[in-house]
Amino acid sequence: MSTVDVDMSPQPTAPAAALVEIRGVSKHFGEGEARVDALRDVAFRVRAGEVVGLLGPSGSGKSTLLNVIGCIVEPNEGYVALDGEVVYDHRWLRKDLRHLRLEKIGFIFQTHNLLPFLNCIDNVALVLHLARVPRSEARQRAVELLEYLQVGHRKNAMPAQLSGGEAQRVAIARALANRPRIILADEPTAALDSERAGIVMDLLHKLAVEQQAAIIAVTHDEKILGRLDRVVRLRDGKISL
Amino acid sequence: MNLAFRDIRHKLGRFILTCLGLSLLLGVVVTMAGIYRGQTADALALSRAIQADIWVVQGDTNGPFAEASRIPGDTREMVARMGGVTAAGSLTFQTVQVKQGSRRLRVQIIGFEPGRPGEPANLIAGRDIHRSHFEVIADRQAGVGLGEKLTMGRNVYTVVGLTEGNVTLSGDSVLYMTLLDAQQLQFDVTPAEGRREVSRGALRVNTNIVNAVVARVSAGFDVQEVAETVRRWKHLSVLTEAQQAEILTRTVIERASRQLGLFMSVLTLVSAVIIALIVYTLTMEKLKEIATLKLIGAPDRTIIGLIVQQALMMGVVGFGFGTTLVALAKDRFPRRIVMESGDLVGLFIVVVCVCILASAVGVRIAVRVDPAKALVG
Ligand SMILES: Nc1ncnc2c1ncn2[C@@H]1O[C@H](COP(=O)(O)OP(=O)(O)OP(=O)(O)O)[C@@H](O)[C@H]1O
Ligand SMILES: [Mg+2]
Repeated sequence: MSTVDVDMSPQPTAPAAALVEIRGVSKHFGEGEARVDALRDVAFRVRAGEVVGLLGPSGSGKSTLLNVIGCIVEPNEGYVALDGEVVYDHRWLRKDLRHLRLEKIGFIFQTHNLLPFLNCIDNVALVLHLARVPRSEARQRAVELLEYLQVGHRKNAMPAQLSGGEAQRVAIARALANRPRIILADEPTAALDSERAGIVMDLLHKLAVEQQAAIIAVTHDEKILGRLDRVVRLRDGKISL
Repeated sequence: MNLAFRDIRHKLGRFILTCLGLSLLLGVVVTMAGIYRGQTADALALSRAIQADIWVVQGDTNGPFAEASRIPGDTREMVARMGGVTAAGSLTFQTVQVKQGSRRLRVQIIGFEPGRPGEPANLIAGRDIHRSHFEVIADRQAGVGLGEKLTMGRNVYTVVGLTEGNVTLSGDSVLYMTLLDAQQLQFDVTPAEGRREVSRGALRVNTNIVNAVVARVSAGFDVQEVAETVRRWKHLSVLTEAQQAEILTRTVIERASRQLGLFMSVLTLVSAVIIALIVYTLTMEKLKEIATLKLIGAPDRTIIGLIVQQALMMGVVGFGFGTTLVALAKDRFPRRIVMESGDLVGLFIVVVCVCILASAVGVRIAVRVDPAKALVG
């Protein structure tokens, strides 16, 4: 892993501050016969600098939990605080959830989800553009990030021309562009071979430390367990210890 | 960074094809507007070219273009003798089919008196009529050449001159000949029965009939006053130049604008539906990208902008292509097409509105896209 400095200096925070804190979160889909309880009274916290793995069998509610933290799915009850701000307390407390995501959260998807009509630089710079960072500054930061993730040589390529591993790294660069304090990854290594998966996990680890970010990664992959600080296991929508 | 533009550039070939298709459709709309203006211009061209201040026609008629009008041939002398009238000329109008090789050409014959008002205007080739018989001047649109011989009635006429822009309301080219020739021709082609009567000497039919007398009024006199004087002769009616233009335009508008207006609105509606369908397809195939945009924090403004801008680009490029196509092809078109900048601006505004309305379909879908869609593989 290169050690290029891309201004990821840690922002001053109290060492034990919880960047993500959820309590009593429940979520069900459908009603009556069709009711599925995806989350039942879930509580946990993630501190800055931590990489937490979310494990559990299929259908156990991992993605739903991640989506609740990412303010994409509205829970039925509970409390969610991100970076010290209470965003959900039986209802959303903020209206501009998208802006909240833009400010605080970076998403890494299972498949890369790059916009097919933008080249790599612009895929990364778009996030900065949305945050009103001036154009040249945005491009410069995008290039730095791509180089940091060792895909600098592909910066002008279109997503369709990238290999799976390259695309995933560009997507990670995009997730990091706005220096979010919270990074949510849903099976970030599923599309990668174990060597590449290891590189991505190392990278997430490094980010957590260098940026004092909280990283929550959903995974099925037992091989990467060793690279996680902590593991939270879900079963039938409940945290199992 | 303009997402709409980037997305289009990414699938440029398809965008261009779509625009080409749309341009044909919008081109037809532009053509319709052009035909309408062309008909109005054609209708007025003839009466303008004659440059008369007043038209004397049969009593209680709006002749000679809108209605049949027959007045005695000596009317011209009476009109010419009136105070304020500087010149007057008799005119006949008649539609005739001319055999030209295997082709049958429909022309409007105007009989005029050389040296008097009503002479051919806009001569572009050849010369004026010098002999009192068997010479004609044709409009370029008729497609006849200088020196060509045309058979009409019992006589053969030689084309000695060509004019430009002299066509009738219904698009027929004008053929000028002397009043005497025209009256003879009128007599030749009247039903055989009438001619038989005449040859028997039973009835003396007055062949000295004209359809209108046009006159110019001297600058010092009021056209309205002169017209009033003529109106006192009960069997005659008078139209000023302005009234004549009014009648002609109204005739065209009544006849053409309903049809063309209907076609134009149907085609505009069809364009709207097509644009809406394209926008719908474009949106449906971008659902995942839209979800991703929402997930990374793009506001609705960005997403709506993407859709509306693409619809607008399609409409504007299509309209531009279409207008250019019409501009390039209009001279080959069988009818006159007049493109007025006011019409083009109006149509452009309509196209822009149609695009914005049509993108509503896509916008509705896009704002409802669930950002969580981006997360599933
Ligand atoms: N939008 C939805 N509508 C209805 N049911 C849903 C919806 N999203 C999730 N569920 C249900 O909630 C439960 C938890 O789903 P979730 O996607 O969180 O599981 P997961 O742990 O991520 O599974 P996997 O490992 O297969 O991705 C499942 O039973 C699923 O069917
Ligand atoms: Mg899942």
